[in-house]
Amino acid sequence: MSYSNKVIDHYNNPRNMGSLDKADESVGTGIVGAPECGDVMKLQLKVENGVIEDAKFKTFGCGSAIASSSLATEWVKGKTIDEAFAIKNVEIVSELNLPPVKIHCSVLAEDAIKAAIADYRNKNGED
Amino acid sequence: MEFPIFMDNHSTTPVDPRVMEVMIPYFTKAFGNSASRNHSFGWEAEKAVDRARGQIAQLLHCQAKEIIFTSGATESNNLAIKGAAEMYHEKGNHIITVVTEHKAVLDSAKRLERDGFEVTYLPVESDGLVSLEAVKDAITDKTILISIMMANNEIGVIQPIAEIGVIAKEKGVLFHCDATQGVGKIPVDVQAMGVDLLSLSAHKIYGPKGIGALYVRKRNPRVRIAPLIDGGGHERGMRSGTLNIPGIVGLGEACEICEKEMTEEAARMKRMQQRLQSLIMEGLDEVYLNGHGEKRLPQNLNMSFAYVEGESLLMGLKEIALSSGSACTTASLEPSYVLRALGVGSDLAHSSLRFGLGRFNTDEEVDYVAKRVIETVIRLREMSPLYEMAKEGIDLKSVQWAEH
Repeated sequence: MSYSNKVIDHYNNPRNMGSLDKADESVGTGIVGAPECGDVMKLQLKVENGVIEDAKFKTFGCGSAIASSSLATEWVKGKTIDEAFAIKNVEIVSELNLPPVKIHCSVLAEDAIKAAIADYRNKNGED
Repeated sequence: MEFPIFMDNHSTTPVDPRVMEVMIPYFTKAFGNSASRNHSFGWEAEKAVDRARGQIAQLLHCQAKEIIFTSGATESNNLAIKGAAEMYHEKGNHIITVVTEHKAVLDSAKRLERDGFEVTYLPVESDGLVSLEAVKDAITDKTILISIMMANNEIGVIQPIAEIGVIAKEKGVLFHCDATQGVGKIPVDVQAMGVDLLSLSAHKIYGPKGIGALYVRKRNPRVRIAPLIDGGGHERGMRSGTLNIPGIVGLGEACEICEKEMTEEAARMKRMQQRLQSLIMEGLDEVYLNGHGEKRLPQNLNMSFAYVEGESLLMGLKEIALSSGSACTTASLEPSYVLRALGVGSDLAHSSLRFGLGRFNTDEEVDYVAKRVIETVIRLREMSPLYEMAKEGIDLKSVQWAEH
């Protein structure tokens, strides 16, 4: 399988790779996927005044999974929670030119954003 | 060192220049059809085919007449299994094979199941080997064929072929062996091994693609198989079609080179395999060898790198040609069925790499590949949430994952 240049770029130069303190009240953590399925994404958001100030990811998965989560952190930064919640996997697919067999990577990235937001809201009593 | 480095010699091999050299005249000058009986072009082609049959027979310890040329091992496997099933269906309708066989064997068996045959797919132990007891116990009075590979294409484990041959003989059951990965790498002797049908392919042993052979025993017992391809009655009626003379010449030469150089080459491969394995294992923790430690091809190394996914690992090793048992490298999303059959967890199956050493690899390349694998695994573990969790002391097995 050949990768798009954007996927290769994210793989070689992942944006915002790392971890935030998951105990921090202002940090929401989403972990999605399963090792048995070959991909697990951890996406973390740090929220200040309703705006995502920082985001970090760690991903176990193929190059497209790494690129999808790396891109997701780039996109959510500076957005409000509601704006981030509205990010759709198809936008990731088109930005990274993912082939059909890799669409699940983008779905996982969308799920990771939503899971991180849910965790943040849960922590801050905003269900 | 030249890039990219090719260390995927189970998938295919480059043609040995010595092989190509003997093939060349058969494209333009000696281009005759070996079935032409009335002129020198035909005779010359026939002579070349006879020579190649002899070269192959010498490597397998059989008679030249027992070699049937095919387009490759996939066809040989199809011909052996479907051909024997059709020929002996009145004797019985039961076939025994193993879950880790190549798809050419498994899918042939599956097709026969649709045609009313019964197939037993034997499991393997965690080292990849089939148990002789299981083979013995699976045989019924309806069993007409046992098909078990010599060496596995993913994990390189070598099945106890000679012992299975004894069992098959005792029970009067035909024994087919897919020796695609074994021929030319380890000694093969169809007499000593009690094999009745044996598949091989040229492109795995530094010959050209598109040519292979099936050994069909002529005596004790005389094995008969129904053809898959009808036509001019070539190859004793078992495989019609004008012979691929340059390919056959190449296959013959490839076999002769293997026969002459196998002892030296196998020792060199073994040394490189052990060096690669120990360098990687010294450089990384939580690396697991897949398949039996000793009973494996000297060319093969298959390892799982915990917490790192195989495709992303290959992506980081773009200047090195390797393969992975990760689902993501294939169209399906299931990881390697071979590794799964060994009881390797899906997570570790997704984390596996297959190294296939070959004639043209060098010690320098082995050192380079080991260094790059170590670097890349370390980089990807830094990026892996699983590695982070494991380092925090979280038991990954206890986590409730949302499977998707």
